[in-house]
Amino acid sequence: MTLFVHELRGQLKLYRRSKELAFFTFLLPLLLFVLIGSQYGNDKIGGVRGADFLEAGMIGYGLVSTAFAGLAIFLVIRRESGILKRVRGTPLPASTYLAAVLVSTLIAFVLNSACLIVIGRGAFDVPFPERWFSLVLTLFLGAAAFAALGLAMTVIVRSAEGASATVNAIYLPMVFISGSFFSPHSFPPYLRAIANVLPLTYFIKLTRDVMLHGQQVWDNWDDVAVVAAWGVFGAIVAIWRFRWEPAER
Amino acid sequence: MTAVAVGDLRKSYGGHEALRGISFEIREGEVFSLLGPNGAGKTTTIEILEGYRHRDGGEVSVLGVDPARASNAWRGRIGVVLQSSAMYETLTVRESLALFAGYHERPRPVDEVVSVVGLEEKKDSLVRKLSGGQRRRLDFGLALVGDPELIFLDEPTTGFDPAARRNAWQTIRSLRELGKTILLTTHYLDEAEQLADRVAVLRDGRIVATGTPADLTRTPATEIRYRENGQEVVVRTETPTRVLAELTARAADEGRELEGLEVRRPSLEEVYLELTE
Repeated sequence: MTLFVHELRGQLKLYRRSKELAFFTFLLPLLLFVLIGSQYGNDKIGGVRGADFLEAGMIGYGLVSTAFAGLAIFLVIRRESGILKRVRGTPLPASTYLAAVLVSTLIAFVLNSACLIVIGRGAFDVPFPERWFSLVLTLFLGAAAFAALGLAMTVIVRSAEGASATVNAIYLPMVFISGSFFSPHSFPPYLRAIANVLPLTYFIKLTRDVMLHGQQVWDNWDDVAVVAAWGVFGAIVAIWRFRWEPAER
Repeated sequence: MTAVAVGDLRKSYGGHEALRGISFEIREGEVFSLLGPNGAGKTTTIEILEGYRHRDGGEVSVLGVDPARASNAWRGRIGVVLQSSAMYETLTVRESLALFAGYHERPRPVDEVVSVVGLEEKKDSLVRKLSGGQRRRLDFGLALVGDPELIFLDEPTTGFDPAARRNAWQTIRSLRELGKTILLTTHYLDEAEQLADRVAVLRDGRIVATGTPADLTRTPATEIRYRENGQEVVVRTETPTRVLAELTARAADEGRELEGLEVRRPSLEEVYLELTE
């Protein structure tokens, strides 16, 4: 346990000091919330205020950018530079290292969501969510599933140079199609068909149901099941093929 | 006591045999060097001993343990300096050492390690601001901070300018003075000569010579060259003093000069090239 706390402190320090991570994965969702919210925060979308609708979507965006994209990019960079190989050569257990990385990512994501909620309240009068417990469960479910997918993503990306490009090419379209910024109902049918299989769509729907419609996590088992299934898929790929050493050149 | 024992070690990549059955032993407290050109199998050997790669055949024991079944406790007893010196760029020197010290049960004090590797003036600098030579020294420090019994150094000075190399050598000598057993791979002959107690020369996955650096130069005979009747004569001998005395005595008796007389021992460089080409 003390070893875990030691490593977690180290990981949090590394996270804070990485300007790229801090900007692209943490600050950008907050910035876009303010920008897009100012544009249509007072419109009505699907029977609710635009800002309320957007806030839940931005939590989904924050989830994908911290737990999926940020995690995958920095792990690939660490693997290809040889840092993961160095860590494997120490007595620190691999499981402790990964646990610390995942928990530091979870902390970043939960802080990000808290910032969005506070900004929503301060800038757009979005009420604080009432179903706190369900919201926390939802965030944990999303963090676990998307972190597993992020680990699986490191299997696909082979070079540090390609890490940002490949991950962005996957997660930015996913954020749009899943309806982080707009309602997917206005999309053409083929985009909606894609949206219907993406895990982020179901996470955002779950978050909106909990934040805007006063529902509980356990009222929405179907959404939970889709998000969890994607998470299990990611975990299987990661366990099967996660690498600690750089690709052979 | 034996720190490392390797017997008939074999490893292939696809159809390529990288190691064709090599054997050697390293005693405790010894600096042992695997010397050879690129592609000879040095990194494959050292990474099998470090537990990073699995062998195809043969016996390996490192501190009494088979690295293929290495435990975290065993990893705490070895220190590894890899060929690439990847580190967290956004930590300072002290923070890096403190982070890795925390992985060990009985680490060396961080400030002591800082001074062993000579980074006192840089201890609060970020890793990304260090020069190549300073990074390498931090690399040694990271391998040393767990107070290991055995340290692996894979080509520790490749790509260094002469001053940085001499600095790194000084650091390696100070590791040795701490009583550490060291396995060093290098393709620089002078590096092995300067640092190693014993050398094994590796070529195409085989060990072609083992011994102290002095042994390796002693084995081939001294060369005596001169010209007689316009023809070059080359004599190779283990007893150059006697041969030379006879030659010169005879020439002096006959009142003639040994033209172009030359007595030389091949340098370690020539021996090495002969062994590895």
